[in-house]
Amino acid sequence: MAGPILSRRRLLGLGAATASSLILAGCSEFDFLGKRNDAVRDFLERANDLTYAVQRGLIGEQTLAREYSESEIRQGQRPNGSTNPGSDEYVGMLQNGFADYRLRIKGLVEREVEFSLAELRNMPARTQITRHDCVEGWSCIAKWTGTPLGLVLDQARLKPGARFLVYHCYDAMGGGLSKPEPYYESCDLIDAYHPQTILAYGLNNEALPVANGAPIRVRIERALGYKQPKYVHTIEVVDSFAMIAGGQGGYWEDHGYDWYGGI
Amino acid sequence: MASISEGGTMPAAGPAKAKGPLIYRQSIFTRLTHWVWAIALFFLLLSGLQIFNAHPALYIGQESGFAYDNAILRMQAENTPQGPRGFTTILGQKFDTTGVFAMSGSAERPAYRGFPAWATIPSFQDLATGRVVHFFFAWVLVGALAIWAIASLANGHLWRDVILKPRDLLELPRDVVAHLKFRFKHGRSYGPLQKVAYFAVFFVLFPLIILTGLTMSPGMDAAWPWLLDVFGGRQTARTIHFTVMVLLVLFFLVHIVMVVLAGPINELRSMITGYYRTSPGTEPSASKEETTNGWPHP
Repeated sequence: MAGPILSRRRLLGLGAATASSLILAGCSEFDFLGKRNDAVRDFLERANDLTYAVQRGLIGEQTLAREYSESEIRQGQRPNGSTNPGSDEYVGMLQNGFADYRLRIKGLVEREVEFSLAELRNMPARTQITRHDCVEGWSCIAKWTGTPLGLVLDQARLKPGARFLVYHCYDAMGGGLSKPEPYYESCDLIDAYHPQTILAYGLNNEALPVANGAPIRVRIERALGYKQPKYVHTIEVVDSFAMIAGGQGGYWEDHGYDWYGGI
Repeated sequence: MASISEGGTMPAAGPAKAKGPLIYRQSIFTRLTHWVWAIALFFLLLSGLQIFNAHPALYIGQESGFAYDNAILRMQAENTPQGPRGFTTILGQKFDTTGVFAMSGSAERPAYRGFPAWATIPSFQDLATGRVVHFFFAWVLVGALAIWAIASLANGHLWRDVILKPRDLLELPRDVVAHLKFRFKHGRSYGPLQKVAYFAVFFVLFPLIILTGLTMSPGMDAAWPWLLDVFGGRQTARTIHFTVMVLLVLFFLVHIVMVVLAGPINELRSMITGYYRTSPGTEPSASKEETTNGWPHP
């Protein structure tokens, strides 16, 4: 019986060695996946297109995100990312109570339009208590008040061929060693016209604070926090965002995050 | 005694072990999906720990308490008189986990992260890549599960080996005793304890980890709002997702130990070629009842 036992031991040892080297080599073996233009990573990223297609098919265009009751607001909305754009232009407007602020709608529209904060506040408002889900994993429930984006888009009238909205913001990310990059985001027309998609100017019964995106933050309730840009000054209607900044449709998307952001 | 060949007959004398018949036990679908899951779960685990590290705390409820405390697990590095240390707090109990959780790396270059570099893909902090890897292999896991479920329903594997029947529960105590004595019966179908283990994986752990994963998607919460009610909120779902991960890791450890104890060559062969050496006395072919359509005839 010596033969089979030896070979069995050898095989076991070999298996154990392979398994342990895989575990020990850990995971730096797969660090190449972090390279944003790696071919294997590009392949894995296609799963995100599948997720987007399946979820768009599964979720009714008008289906609402869960709304919560007043009693479920137990804390202030946690600010994340930029908490103050700090640019001269922004600080000037802030000191003026955003009297000079204008939200501009441009691009593939019949009529380029501008709205002051007062004009937005005078339009029919929608208030909703929703859960904000950060891509990092945490959630926070808050009450948002704002103008349904659809009403604003109706005044600009989208041209045929319009496919995405690109939101341009006052804040810039990065800095330090890397060059600051303006924050921007984008969404499809389903999210743009969703009943809960609002240009929020109010948070928990007060004017939207600077840390949470004053004067206007877009709420897209069926997506993660990074899809809901703060400090928005311009909404550009486009047929493609490939020519804008890094071409991936948003600041975080240009840094490797998925464009859909609904999961 | 050195030249007894595989399947050869034993000489009458001597304490050599008798062998049962070599039977075709695992279908190509069972074997293929097994290895696909092995790879998918490896990547899901390590990319999942990467995602967890972006916010290394778990909560109970709809949201995460920042102004109040609803956390049941938190990994956090703190300054102590002895310098920075990594602490893990579970259900109010605080443990110094320096070196593994909350603080790892070398003394010169400490890393303040939930799980250490060797446990995450990529090894460095990169939530975006963790998500890319996690969602790809989540689809692989679900796809393989669908293929396996259909094939196993058709070829009888599901009914024969996985679905727990009253008889299995009756035989469970005896099987537990046999396992404690390291006496394993290698039959055509799985033993009662095996069925309990695989039933738990396929009917409890896999559905739970998939559904709690979907509950973390704000899109899916709109489509299927019952997810939030069933799991008690998005943050509770995240906690369950993590807990089921721990249970699957425990299953994996037991699985490997059992393969080694029950005969790694035979077990690996059955999961590669499909052929399995059974215990003496096993019927060479499975009874007709079990193989025709997966469901016993009336």
